[in-house]
Amino acid sequence: MYAYVARRILATIPVMAVVALFVFSLLYIAPGDPAAVIAGDQATPEDVERIRQSLGLDRPYLVRFGAWLWDILRGDLGVSIFTNLPVSTMIAQRIEPTLSLMVVTLLFAVSVAVPMGVVAAWKQGTLIDRMVMAFAVLGFSVPVFVVGYLLAYVFALELDWLPVQGYTSFREGFGPWLENLVLPAIALGSVYIALIARITRATMLEVLQQDYIRTARAKGVGQRGILFLHALKNAAVPIVTVIGIGIALLIGGAVVTESVFAIPGLGRLTVDAILRRDYPVIQGVVLLFSFVYVLVNLAIDLIYTLLDPRIRY
Amino acid sequence: MALLEIENLQTHFRTPDGIVRAVDGVSFQVEAGETLAVVGESGCGKSVTAMSVLRLIPEPPGKIAGSIRFNGRELLGLSEREMRDIRGNEISMIFQEPMTSLNPVLTVGWQIGETLRLHQGLDKRAAEARAIEMLQLVGIPEPARRVREYPHQLSGGMRQRVMIAIALACNPKLLIADEPTTALDVTIQAQILDLMRDLKRRVGAAIVLITHDLGVVAEVAERVVVMYAGRKVEEAPVGPLFRNPRHPYTQGLLGSVPKLGSSLTGTATRLSEIPGLVPSLKQRIEGCVFASRCAHATDLCRKVAPALEAKAPGHLAACHYAPRESRGAAAMVAA
Repeated sequence: MYAYVARRILATIPVMAVVALFVFSLLYIAPGDPAAVIAGDQATPEDVERIRQSLGLDRPYLVRFGAWLWDILRGDLGVSIFTNLPVSTMIAQRIEPTLSLMVVTLLFAVSVAVPMGVVAAWKQGTLIDRMVMAFAVLGFSVPVFVVGYLLAYVFALELDWLPVQGYTSFREGFGPWLENLVLPAIALGSVYIALIARITRATMLEVLQQDYIRTARAKGVGQRGILFLHALKNAAVPIVTVIGIGIALLIGGAVVTESVFAIPGLGRLTVDAILRRDYPVIQGVVLLFSFVYVLVNLAIDLIYTLLDPRIRY
Repeated sequence: MALLEIENLQTHFRTPDGIVRAVDGVSFQVEAGETLAVVGESGCGKSVTAMSVLRLIPEPPGKIAGSIRFNGRELLGLSEREMRDIRGNEISMIFQEPMTSLNPVLTVGWQIGETLRLHQGLDKRAAEARAIEMLQLVGIPEPARRVREYPHQLSGGMRQRVMIAIALACNPKLLIADEPTTALDVTIQAQILDLMRDLKRRVGAAIVLITHDLGVVAEVAERVVVMYAGRKVEEAPVGPLFRNPRHPYTQGLLGSVPKLGSSLTGTATRLSEIPGLVPSLKQRIEGCVFASRCAHATDLCRKVAPALEAKAPGHLAACHYAPRESRGAAAMVAA
């Protein structure tokens, strides 16, 4: 078990290396010149060239990649071309809102989607089931920003129940913090809920056919015990897998959601960095996201062993 | 008053191609402490009868009608809540598939303890202690260790022992065993049958044994109900049934059992089979249900359904030509 965890953590290194190479190459190929952006409209070609040299952007591809990789290995994500601040500092400043948004969305989505899927499976073929499935299709097909603007319009502008946009730090109190996250979490969570609810329903339908469910009924176990203990625990592995894979959805969606609701998080930082061709920042954020994703999926593989005693590493 | 009185039980299923009459007017009784075997081919309605008693048939598409009285109480009139108090407590059930009937993600101790927590209000620790006792009782070695294990760590025979432990944990008055030995190796079958007989003596529960294995019937049953196409065609104490089967279907069943070693002693005869298939349960059958496969069927059989009549004391059969006195099959052919 511990050997397995150690192996898996070591295995993240090559994964991260490939991600790093990919991110670096993508930005190298991408059009746009940070030197020109920094120099501004009035600059002469000589000014731009000077800035380019001072940033080291004139060096060959491999040299630049090597230098960057070496820095990362020493724990240095580099310095922003635009603000001259260390990338790690910039990430640290912006990580709280994004982390809050993702955790709130995750908890909200799982606590809504799993019961939805369970009930839909239990009431298969009824109106409730069809409503859940219709919601799932809707959740998949309506983009995050449409849901976001719609929610902001109805619940913030018209009804004035919740703030339209912005973010309040956790340190300023739980209430205001959550208040600002409710609408973004619903907007960001809708696709995620649809995904989890569908998988939950499908897996539960299969599990409810099993012989051990009949045994539980014959023992006198109630409907709730059958659904949420005997069946759900058996259905948990695929559901948890999808929750883990869905973290990627959340990361992608967070960028859009933060723009819609003006949340000063990593998503906004990424968008701004892309617009300014601020390579070190983009690279740092993408690396961080992929690292989180790899870790989350490792955690999920470990959770399997708690859910199903037949899985051992 | 008998422990279990089933009267004119009808369990029907609504399917896209019409109504399937899986059980169609079956009546029988089980006395306290008795072992009754219900035999018949696959699809004759014996399992559905068993499931109907515990009301484990999903409704819809199923529908149970008639009367099932347990200890004088009409089960078909009870709410789901009241039914749950009976399941696993006063009536419990063992299933055919020990490999898949236990929940793979819960420990066996937890699964035995669950019925005790549900029905006897035991707390977690007391339930586990009792689960260990139950494992000991059903002959599982090292019960204190096994209680924490999961089903996949046990063999098929052990799992069926665990199922029996679950079923008997609350000292039920009635145990319904649906093909409890069919999925097991022959040597394990014998062990499980011995165990059931032994426990029955200790606990004093009545057993309804659903099986198609006449060897098992001869071994453990006191009385036998023979089912065919959703109906009871014969009922008798085990001795008379084996010696003097009245219904041609029962005769056919007994004739199709191979006798061990008969080819070595020179007494081997060709195994008889019952020609044809069980009729579709989707149409109402006119006349005798067995007429289409019966070698002795006449026009009377095909037109008029024979009533279940006492052909001898305690021996019922539904056949126009079954002899009233104990002269067996030969007399019937002559008739």
